[in-house]
Amino acid sequence: MLQIKNLKAGIEDNQILKGINLEVKAGEIHAIMGPNGSGKSTLSAVIAGNEDYEVEGGNINFNGKNLLELDPEERANNGVFLSFQYPVEIPGISVSNFIKTSITEKRKAQGLDPIPTKDLLKMMREKMELLSIKQGYLSRNMNEGFSGGEKKRNEIFQMAMLDPKLAILDETDSGLDIDALRIVANGVNKLRSADNATIIITHYQRLLDYIVPDFVHVLYNGRIVKSGGAELAHELEEKGYDWVTNEEDKKWA
Amino acid sequence: MSEQKKQSEDELLEKVTSTEYKYGFTTDIESDTIPKGLSEDVVRIISAKKNEPEWMLEYRLKAYKSWLEMEEPNWANINYTKPNYQDVIYYSAPKQKPVLDSLDDLDPEMKKTFDKLGISIDEQKKLANVAVDIVMDSVSVATSFKDTLAEKGIIFCSISDAIKDHPELVKKYLGTVVPARDNFFSALNSAVFSDGSFCYIPKGIKCPMELSTYFRINEAGTGQFERTLLIADEGSQVSYLEGCTAPMRDENQLHAAVVELIAMDDADIKYSTVQNWYPGNAEGVGGVFNFVTKRGICHKNAKISWTQVETGSAITWKYPSCILKGDNSIGEFFSVAVTNNRQQADTGTKMIHLGKNTKSTIIAKGISAGKSDGNYRGLVKISKGAINSRNFSQCDSLLMGDKCGSHTFPYIEVKNNSAKVEHEATTSKIGEDQIFYCNQRGIGTEAAIALIVNGYCKDVLNQLPMEFAVEAQKLLEISLEGSVG
Repeated sequence: MLQIKNLKAGIEDNQILKGINLEVKAGEIHAIMGPNGSGKSTLSAVIAGNEDYEVEGGNINFNGKNLLELDPEERANNGVFLSFQYPVEIPGISVSNFIKTSITEKRKAQGLDPIPTKDLLKMMREKMELLSIKQGYLSRNMNEGFSGGEKKRNEIFQMAMLDPKLAILDETDSGLDIDALRIVANGVNKLRSADNATIIITHYQRLLDYIVPDFVHVLYNGRIVKSGGAELAHELEEKGYDWVTNEEDKKWA
Repeated sequence: MSEQKKQSEDELLEKVTSTEYKYGFTTDIESDTIPKGLSEDVVRIISAKKNEPEWMLEYRLKAYKSWLEMEEPNWANINYTKPNYQDVIYYSAPKQKPVLDSLDDLDPEMKKTFDKLGISIDEQKKLANVAVDIVMDSVSVATSFKDTLAEKGIIFCSISDAIKDHPELVKKYLGTVVPARDNFFSALNSAVFSDGSFCYIPKGIKCPMELSTYFRINEAGTGQFERTLLIADEGSQVSYLEGCTAPMRDENQLHAAVVELIAMDDADIKYSTVQNWYPGNAEGVGGVFNFVTKRGICHKNAKISWTQVETGSAITWKYPSCILKGDNSIGEFFSVAVTNNRQQADTGTKMIHLGKNTKSTIIAKGISAGKSDGNYRGLVKISKGAINSRNFSQCDSLLMGDKCGSHTFPYIEVKNNSAKVEHEATTSKIGEDQIFYCNQRGIGTEAAIALIVNGYCKDVLNQLPMEFAVEAQKLLEISLEGSVG
């Protein structure tokens, strides 16, 4: 599904990603872990097409398409979804209006007519139930006055509605209490299928207790320095990132 | 229209081939035009052409004399070359039977014009409960739903007809809220107004439909001097919609309208405007100069609510106001003012609290893009006798790009200490992060801006009747196209 080869990217003159290689297949869950400032969020932003970052080299192939040539909205409409670490407020626009616009645009890109409102509402109700979202939520304005947990749940709700092929969850666990974490993780697990894939970006191992990854990668200094199975996350939790980073620092010293 | 004039007009149109302004076209209808310039004779000609009674001519002449002594105001934060008032044609009327019995008799050319606007009369007629009084070049050419209104005793007609048929009402109220001498432009309007609308809602009557008027400038170099007088008698209710678009012109067009609202005891007037006069091209050439005086007076327990969506005109100078004379009366002002390219707007409201327990609300949303300048100017005045009065004002500005300007000039005068006045103001930019967030959800940048802007204007757009709200949303999108690159 996703092949990233020797990806180098940064902001202005500051190179943050220094050659990322990653392959994600349908049905897989990958966790990308690493200390602060290692480039985790940059990687997710570059995959999603945030123009604040400049791609200096390498390529990203997504289902046969060169992702780097597509606008962010084209990437989205091809099935790339980013759950934002800091979801943005859009005052005056209700959750339902926003999602309706989003789905309508996605269908337009696929040459489809807008989904009938009745069907859309039915679908919204189903997904709300999946994520234990209370009534009245749809008419609230996008992320305006939402608590940290509500914002993250809103991201996963949009993910459920848009049914992406590749979902990137950027620090979705930050700001969540344990109950919210469980609900969000539960939702992600239920949405998992043989046709889609998920990349979980996280600092802590906590979320991975609920969403068990097939692969864990450690990102440090703009490179993936260690990869392994789910057990790697536990090892990191025990030994700390120093365990990997010290070794890495020696190599480049 | 002379052959020569027609030719130069065609040249003009050819020159301005830009598609930026969707409504840039002219209607090829023969017009009856008087020579340009303003003098006592011109005022007399206008009055004579309209077969007006002597008292109306006197009113006009008095206004003209006042105008001669007045100076064009300079205090607004707008820069423009003052029009040469002797270079303006003050009267132009389509050369055909001015009032039609039915819309079917309408000139096919005119029908086409409205079709292009996307607001065909056929549609209008079908639209539930909308009566349309179309003003094309200063004279009403079609009036509909008159019978339905007549049943309730509601008078809705052109101001010219009202002068003839209801002189006692016009004489009693014309100029009582906006005196001719009020300002330079109201004096000018009072002297030369050629047409406009008149509405009277009798005691206790709730107007069964939205009243709407579409204004349209059509003759090159013709100033549009609309006059509207709306009287809601005791305990009555009315919602009036006014919308306008103008064809593209490569010269400045002068527009100086006066609107007067009278809300008697317990009456309720809702006045909504969508203004989309030609704003000039991207370099600021051409465009309508819009100098409007709109004011309403509220008697006991009455309410006047102004809603405006202003997207057009090169220059906008407009302050729809409320005089809250009666105790417990309410004034509201909801505004979205968009400026793009080189447009300049100085707009806001005045809330004059005179009665006890009077309340006013001001929600003004400015959007500036391109190299434009948007200004909010508002006055809240609480007089000595306005015990326990309240005002809430919220003035927000949204900036797009870094070449536009936005200013807020709130004036507050409070003369008694039982009053409560609140003022909130914010200035924001459409964030790159907001746009990227929408992009990531599959929404392209143009659509994202439209969405964000609509959200920002929601509190105002919500005040508009449904079909107008949809039109206004479209208008906002069109007005801001290409404003973020």
